[in-house]
Amino acid sequence: MSSVGCSEPKVQPLCSNCSFDVAAGHLQGERQSAVCFCRNMGSSSSDMKTVPNSQELMEETGFSAAHLFRLYERFEFLDKDNKGHLRPEDFEAVQELSTNPIRDRIIGSFFPPGQETADFPTFVRILAHFRPTEKSRTRGDQPEPANSSTGKLKFAFQLYDQDRDGKISKDELLQVLRAMLEMQVTEEQLQSMAERAIQEADLDKDKAISFEEFRKTLEKVDTDQKMSSRFMK
Amino acid sequence: MAAASALLLCTLLMVSGGPSLANVATTTTVSPAEVSGNGTGHGAAQITELPIVTWKWHHVEAPYLVALWVLVCWLCKLLIEANHHVTEYIPESALLICCGFILGGMIWGADKQQTFKLAPRTFFFFLLPQIILDAGYSMPNKMFFTNLGGILIHAIIGTCWNAASVGLSLWGCNKGGAMGDTEIGLLQYLLFGSLLAAVDPVAVLAVFEQVHVNEVLFIMVFGESLLNDGVTVVLFNVFDAFVTLGGAKVTAAEIVKGIISFFVVAFGGSLLGFVFGLLISLLSRCTKNIQIIEPGFIFVVGYLAYLTAEMLSLSSILSITFCGICCQRYMNSNLNEESVKTIKYAMKVFANGSETMIFVFLGISAIDTTIWVWNTGFILLTLLFILIYRFMGVFFLTWFMNRTRLVPISLIDQVIMSYGGLRGAVAYGLAVLLDEAKIKEKNLMLSTTLIVVYFTVILQGITMKPLVKWLKVKTAAQSELTLIAKLQNRAFEHTLVAIEDISGQIGHNYMRDKWFKFEEKYMTWFLVKASVRKNQDRLNNVFHQLNLKDAMSYVDKGERRGSLEFIRNEGAFIDFKKKFDEEMSEVMPDIMANMSDDRAPPRRRDTVPSVSLELHEQNLRGNRTAEDFNSHHLLQQHLYKSRNQHRHRYSRSHFDINKDEDEVLEIFQRTMKSRLESFKSGKMGVAPPKTITKHSKKDQQPKMLNGKNKSYLSGDEDFEFSEGDSASGYDPSVPSRLNYRPGAGIENPAFMPDMDPSSALHVPPWLADMELDSVAPSQRAQVQLPWTPRNLRHLSPFQTSTRSSDSFQLTDEHQGDQDDLPPPPTPPPH
Repeated sequence: MSSVGCSEPKVQPLCSNCSFDVAAGHLQGERQSAVCFCRNMGSSSSDMKTVPNSQELMEETGFSAAHLFRLYERFEFLDKDNKGHLRPEDFEAVQELSTNPIRDRIIGSFFPPGQETADFPTFVRILAHFRPTEKSRTRGDQPEPANSSTGKLKFAFQLYDQDRDGKISKDELLQVLRAMLEMQVTEEQLQSMAERAIQEADLDKDKAISFEEFRKTLEKVDTDQKMSSRFMK
Repeated sequence: MAAASALLLCTLLMVSGGPSLANVATTTTVSPAEVSGNGTGHGAAQITELPIVTWKWHHVEAPYLVALWVLVCWLCKLLIEANHHVTEYIPESALLICCGFILGGMIWGADKQQTFKLAPRTFFFFLLPQIILDAGYSMPNKMFFTNLGGILIHAIIGTCWNAASVGLSLWGCNKGGAMGDTEIGLLQYLLFGSLLAAVDPVAVLAVFEQVHVNEVLFIMVFGESLLNDGVTVVLFNVFDAFVTLGGAKVTAAEIVKGIISFFVVAFGGSLLGFVFGLLISLLSRCTKNIQIIEPGFIFVVGYLAYLTAEMLSLSSILSITFCGICCQRYMNSNLNEESVKTIKYAMKVFANGSETMIFVFLGISAIDTTIWVWNTGFILLTLLFILIYRFMGVFFLTWFMNRTRLVPISLIDQVIMSYGGLRGAVAYGLAVLLDEAKIKEKNLMLSTTLIVVYFTVILQGITMKPLVKWLKVKTAAQSELTLIAKLQNRAFEHTLVAIEDISGQIGHNYMRDKWFKFEEKYMTWFLVKASVRKNQDRLNNVFHQLNLKDAMSYVDKGERRGSLEFIRNEGAFIDFKKKFDEEMSEVMPDIMANMSDDRAPPRRRDTVPSVSLELHEQNLRGNRTAEDFNSHHLLQQHLYKSRNQHRHRYSRSHFDINKDEDEVLEIFQRTMKSRLESFKSGKMGVAPPKTITKHSKKDQQPKMLNGKNKSYLSGDEDFEFSEGDSASGYDPSVPSRLNYRPGAGIENPAFMPDMDPSSALHVPPWLADMELDSVAPSQRAQVQLPWTPRNLRHLSPFQTSTRSSDSFQLTDEHQGDQDDLPPPPTPPPH
């Protein structure tokens, strides 16, 4: 329990947060236990056991125990037949997600190439990208936490970069554009928009956007804020 | 300039002051019979002979004075704006008030009494509505609704806190004997506190427009100042009623009624405004046939929303604010671009004009000995409490909000928020409305209110800018519109919504997504014309805007090389138009909708206002760039204006441009003529206008220094141009581009692009010239290459096309030609 010591000061202020979330959440009954757990964290560790590898994951992702527990509940909720991992179909079953134009991309990002399933650590690691960036984060042992600006940008980048070659080609951009603009524009327009977007970002004239170029283009955009969910705070 | 306008101002004052004074004297002392004997209007004056002209001052008096005052106030603004070195340090609103002092002093000197005051009725009915309508209409919607929670907390709780704390503290100090014997009871103090509680939208806007703080800070202060009106009105009415009732009759039931009335007033007002906004939007679906008065509807119906709210004793400011917000969202997409432009302009004219008048009259109203009652203790304590409690309120509420905010509001921002709590004309108007019969010390309250207004607007206004600088407040980020950033923003939004869905949370993004879905499904269907509905997407709009901007910069670039060449080559422009017409009409219906009904020359003229309007808006957000301004100025000056512009018959209801066949012919003839001339002059070896070239160089140099990729930009430029040239200069009759000399014009004068729209363009001479003396294009020109749809690629000489194989071949061919030029440096790798 060595890591509890370092995360405990963080847990305390978050308690108020959790209670706020509970009020806003729609699965109230389930959440309540999370708050209790959060408050009594030092004493009871029975709930803790239900979350596998919780200490390592807390260390790695920076989530508090309460968050982790809540995410685990969600994970189990999504995992309908208790197989211990999620498959793309499980994500697709989320009702609200069905109208999201880039649903496939988001779901795909939970499944690294070659992997058919996502276990809980993967699930949490992906979601960790959306924790708000902490300015005074002093974790020297980890080179690049997922919720840093670079981490967030990398996540955004790989939504486009489907073939994982480190570059967004025009076709890759076009696919996303097509999904997001739906039926509103003609194919020709899409083409020229994609061309233009590439043109804007493309600094070395290779007709594709590398990650460096991607980052440069979005320098002015407040990525930290736009890629953070307040629930992961 | 300044002296001249000052002189003019004085003359005007004499004119306006002189007769009005005389006339006041006559109306008060002379009996009506005698007045009519003066020859007034249609009165039954005794006429002994037919007068050729008569002096009928009284006939026109009221409207005449109004018009004259508007003129005087606007001239004040002109005078102030002429002195840039002063406005840099002192905000315009403060200077206008000072102007008002001077004007008031003049009137007082001539009249020995204050003839002109800011009457509450005038202020609330004729000066305020348009300012608030403009504020609502140009509200940054997304920012506003994202921060709505915080804004509401500040507007409701903050205002109540201000009113209560100031009122109670003053009452306490009065009990303690700090301000001599005044006959003010607790309720009256609370009434006074409530009229001073509200941060004033006019004053806030005027000061914050000039200090470009970051958007969140701006929207917090500004949104609060708009929304707290509902609270102020209720507090004021409730306490006014309590004062009338007398302390004894204020029971718990009355207080509960007061609280209920708050919700009714605030939400009723907002709802009313929303309903009126929906009405306008619905109306705008079918105003296509009366396009000329179409922009007027928002003003009339918006004003009706204001008056209706006033009639129902709801919050009129909230009503017209939400009406404006609603119009911006739904009405704009129904109107065509010209109407929207007209609305934006007219809105600014009205709002700016009446804002000017308000400040001038705030100054004038002070010069009146009858209202001044000095009570040092009362005034100083009021000032102190207002400042202190504002700070306390903001700090506490922000601390509370920061617990749940994703991005907390920093301490420095809180200081500016507190310090930006300016009071203004609304407080003054309410103070004048106080009933002297009920409140004995009305004049003391009035003069204190004036002092508070002057203190906040002038002193805090002046110190705001240094404070912002000194505290290093995060200022508005200069961001340039790029398609990729917009696209990415959209992707971020979708991603966040998806993540919230996956992790099973209901949050901001979720709610917003739901609202958009709802809006798309019902609201838009109901309110927006079917034809525009599908083109409503923001991404698409951005794309459209960028394309327009490219077209502008294309024109601009050509013309920067010298207006002569530009005119000579204007075939290019007309060709642009025609090609666009023919090939793009089915591809981009939304652009065509705006472009198809007028031809090239009027279009060119139209682009100027549209862009300068955007400039104005950017200015509001603090993003004005000197370069933009420069180029638009140039554009306005140099553009070739068609003679045919408005030659058509006068018509009140139509404003369309002559479309007959003559025009095309005329343009063709003129083009031919100018080309022949240029050909001749080229043969005679007339020197090119070098000065202009130098000028443009100078313009571009600083840009280059700012550029982050300097080496890359200048290195790549030759390469760029040559490729672009080859894409456009496909005319095989051109043997080598090196034959171009500036001033030589087009080699082949017989070539008529006007008659042959399908043919590609010549190389514009300015480009050939540019290539030779290697002026680096501005950074933006490089970064945002004119990336028009592919059918337009001949027109944008800098673009690199991916698909057109022919242009590639040409590039290769020209690479050979180019060998005698210095070889293009390869772009440095990244």
